[in-house]
Amino acid sequence: MDIYIIVALDVINGTASLFLLCLGLAIIFGMMKIINLAHGEFIMLGAYATVISANAGVNIWIAMLVVAPLFVGLVGLIVERCLIRFLYGRLVDSMLATWGLSLLIIGIVTTIFGNTIQGVPTPLGGFSIGAYRSSYYTLFLLAMAIIMMALVYAVMRYTRFGLIARATMQNPAMANTLGVNPARVYMTTFAAGAAMTGLAGGLLAPVSGVTPVMGGAYVAKAFITVVGGGAAILSGTLSAATLFGTINQIGAYLTTPVYGEVIVFTSAIVLIRLLPQGISGRFFKGNL
Amino acid sequence: MTQRLRLLAQTLAVFGVIIAVAIAPGQLELFTLMQFTLFAAMAVLSLSLAFIWGFGGILSFGQTAFFGLGGYAYAISAINFQDSTQGIMLAVFIPAVFSALLGYFVFYGRISDVYLGVITLTVTLILFNVINSTSGDEYHIGTAMLGGFNGIPAVPTFNMPFDPSTPLSPEQSWWVTGGALIAVYLLLRLILASPFGRVVVAVRENEVRASLLGYDPRLIKLVTFVIGGAVAGLAGALYVNWGAFVGPTIFSLSLSAEIIIWITIGGLGTLLGPIIGCILIEYAVAAIGSQQTLNSNLVLGAVLIFFVLLLPKGLVPTVRDLLLRLVPKIEPRSANPAPEPSVQPVGAK
Repeated sequence: MDIYIIVALDVINGTASLFLLCLGLAIIFGMMKIINLAHGEFIMLGAYATVISANAGVNIWIAMLVVAPLFVGLVGLIVERCLIRFLYGRLVDSMLATWGLSLLIIGIVTTIFGNTIQGVPTPLGGFSIGAYRSSYYTLFLLAMAIIMMALVYAVMRYTRFGLIARATMQNPAMANTLGVNPARVYMTTFAAGAAMTGLAGGLLAPVSGVTPVMGGAYVAKAFITVVGGGAAILSGTLSAATLFGTINQIGAYLTTPVYGEVIVFTSAIVLIRLLPQGISGRFFKGNL
Repeated sequence: MTQRLRLLAQTLAVFGVIIAVAIAPGQLELFTLMQFTLFAAMAVLSLSLAFIWGFGGILSFGQTAFFGLGGYAYAISAINFQDSTQGIMLAVFIPAVFSALLGYFVFYGRISDVYLGVITLTVTLILFNVINSTSGDEYHIGTAMLGGFNGIPAVPTFNMPFDPSTPLSPEQSWWVTGGALIAVYLLLRLILASPFGRVVVAVRENEVRASLLGYDPRLIKLVTFVIGGAVAGLAGALYVNWGAFVGPTIFSLSLSAEIIIWITIGGLGTLLGPIIGCILIEYAVAAIGSQQTLNSNLVLGAVLIFFVLLLPKGLVPTVRDLLLRLVPKIEPRSANPAPEPSVQPVGAK
């Protein structure tokens, strides 16, 4: 019995972290049709920001929840102004340029901090269920995922900025005619997406080894989740993250963690083949 | 007239390269020759993506899947048969079959663009994960241990066809690798000059128009993809022959990225450009690796961003355009201007 609770917790953990990891990428892809292949490196920058500020004496919660998103959001802003804004509408070129950016960021971080593993201790303790132990941090990740989801939904649904952003997403030319400056909307959206990615990196820093190349482990998973989810930012990402997170953890439980990943990748390929528009293109058309 | 001149120049260039390959061992030190062998194997890999991306319009983020499969197919069969002849054949055959299956799945499902990139990338990751987890004695094919993340060491290198007792010397290996590069280049040139090649370009330019003219874009793309897979597999065998080792990092994402960088730098839509881009970048990476101040990722990333933003056409097309700007000044004076083709070939822009 206890083992099922633990597996259920693992599934929750996998889904929540996958959702957090993908949200920034989904916002950038869904709103701007830019595939940001430097997404993994944004996660890495968030994790580094957390580790370095926490080790410098900043409270771990502030380091995770404030420093990481602010820093990566700023990086995102600079990247958008210097690189991405020349590449709107050129999907392949934007993928190439952001791939170059990802290599560049890895190179810079390796040069500064060296190719070593850094880390911070996991805050919050653990609890036991029968013979097994689990960490409160899992529940905290779930809470953060729910908070982020609610936040994005509220901003997109109820604020003026959300209205403008959704209008620009649907029809940039029309929005422009009505007095909106799409360039500014894109800039803000990219920075916001980067900040959320940084937050995800910060939240994962205590539970993963922080190295310059850690982004590579996440970018493919985030990529398939966003594409599998389709154009709708929240419902698409949430459904794909739940699906893939569950498959991953159950597959890992039944076989090994490596084959768990293999099963996820295989099911993602089948999903894309069956639903080329993603889950939300089929089931939640027009949703947020 | 210019057509004929261009053909003459190209023929001369090919002969020049063949002679250079033939006499290189006498002129270079062994270390440099080995390095050039590696570059030539990588250049074959770059040609495979140059063909399917530049002419077929299929951007595969996972060309290393076929490269790695070719490498593993060669290594496993060379260990089992103790003869590289079947190994090389299998290294071409297995990736071709695999790319045919994958291509059927993808193109007949009408998956395009980003989704194709995602699928090829994912397949590469699957192969990497699977091969990486095969350490242990229970994972073997025939007498070849797969070795998991340690890879397969001491793979037999090329030998004379059907004569396992005579392995090739490094010089002969260079001739085989350089010769393979030239052969693949000429083969792809021939394919592109054939009616099939023109249809491939037509599908890249406009899929709907090509299908209205009676061609099946799915089939054309599939065949293009399979040719690319077979060439990448051959490159894998050449690469394993160079190092006598194959490990799961052959499937790595960074190598996939590097192929795309070679082509972006050399020039998409050419065959010469990717070879030049490949050799330049590989040379630069080797040079950077020998010193400590600059990180190779940093340089590669900066170069890629520079080219995408400022020189998106790549080196070879840029240089060619510069040269062509000089040529028309001479052209009108020629007595027989090249006659306009009476029938517009399929796929002409």
